[in-house]
Amino acid sequence: MKAPKAFGFLVAGGLFGGGLAISGMTDPARVIGFLDVFGKWDPALLFVMAGAVGIYGLGMFLLRKAASDTNALQSLSCARLKLPTVGPSSIDRQLVIGAAIFGVGWGLGGFCPGPALANLGAFRLEAFVFVPAMAIGMLLAQQFFGADR
Amino acid sequence: MDHYTYLHALIGGLLIGFASLIATLLSGKVPGISGVFGRLLVPSTPDKVWRLVFLLGLIGGAALSFSLWDSAALFRPLRPLWIMAVAGLLVGFGTRLGGGCTSGHGVCGVGMGAKDSIVATFIFVAVAMVTVLVYNRVIL
Repeated sequence: MKAPKAFGFLVAGGLFGGGLAISGMTDPARVIGFLDVFGKWDPALLFVMAGAVGIYGLGMFLLRKAASDTNALQSLSCARLKLPTVGPSSIDRQLVIGAAIFGVGWGLGGFCPGPALANLGAFRLEAFVFVPAMAIGMLLAQQFFGADR
Repeated sequence: MDHYTYLHALIGGLLIGFASLIATLLSGKVPGISGVFGRLLVPSTPDKVWRLVFLLGLIGGAALSFSLWDSAALFRPLRPLWIMAVAGLLVGFGTRLGGGCTSGHGVCGVGMGAKDSIVATFIFVAVAMVTVLVYNRVIL
């Protein structure tokens, strides 16, 4: 990988991690506060998702439009623009069971993968327990069901 | 920046969405954290470098924000460590079986209007809410 592209990934990762921290999603009490709808509910996570889904959805919409517009292709020379495709949705048993198992773990710990990794940056013990366990869980799933789901 | 408000939540969310957009453009893939990290653990994965650089950036960006702002550094662990270990196992297994986490399904998939991601997000949020209810009301 060429250096400018690697730098791009580093910046993207930095913005992602900064976004997680600034939005308070690295604080398990805030995440569990959102999930605790029958207790003292904290809607913060909704604002995070609204911002993230909104900008990603809008960006992808515009990029796809640019990629399909031949004039834009020529003028912006983005003929090599490679975008992931939204394939035929496969809502199968693995998706449903996997999402449910993830939900149990998320509710138990208040960590999803991004915030768990981000908290390694603050040397928090919870992250150093959670992340290796998560890696083992991933390896098990990938061993039994493949990595390309 | 030191007193947390919902504006922080919104700004952080915009950063997460924008970062995901850059990573999508550069990699040509959906950059969900569970997939980026999970495939890094598979020896045969051909594109390990960008995954590693992206995740190191994530950890570094979070560390920088923790040190800059008190509101970002707020960390209130609610569970004993053995629960965190069980939770980690379930999150790792579930996200790879279900093909995504809060970022891959929740942000990118929902953002692109993918039906499977919308279903997965609905399921993991609902199940997590029930889990918190059960943990708070039954276990404690």
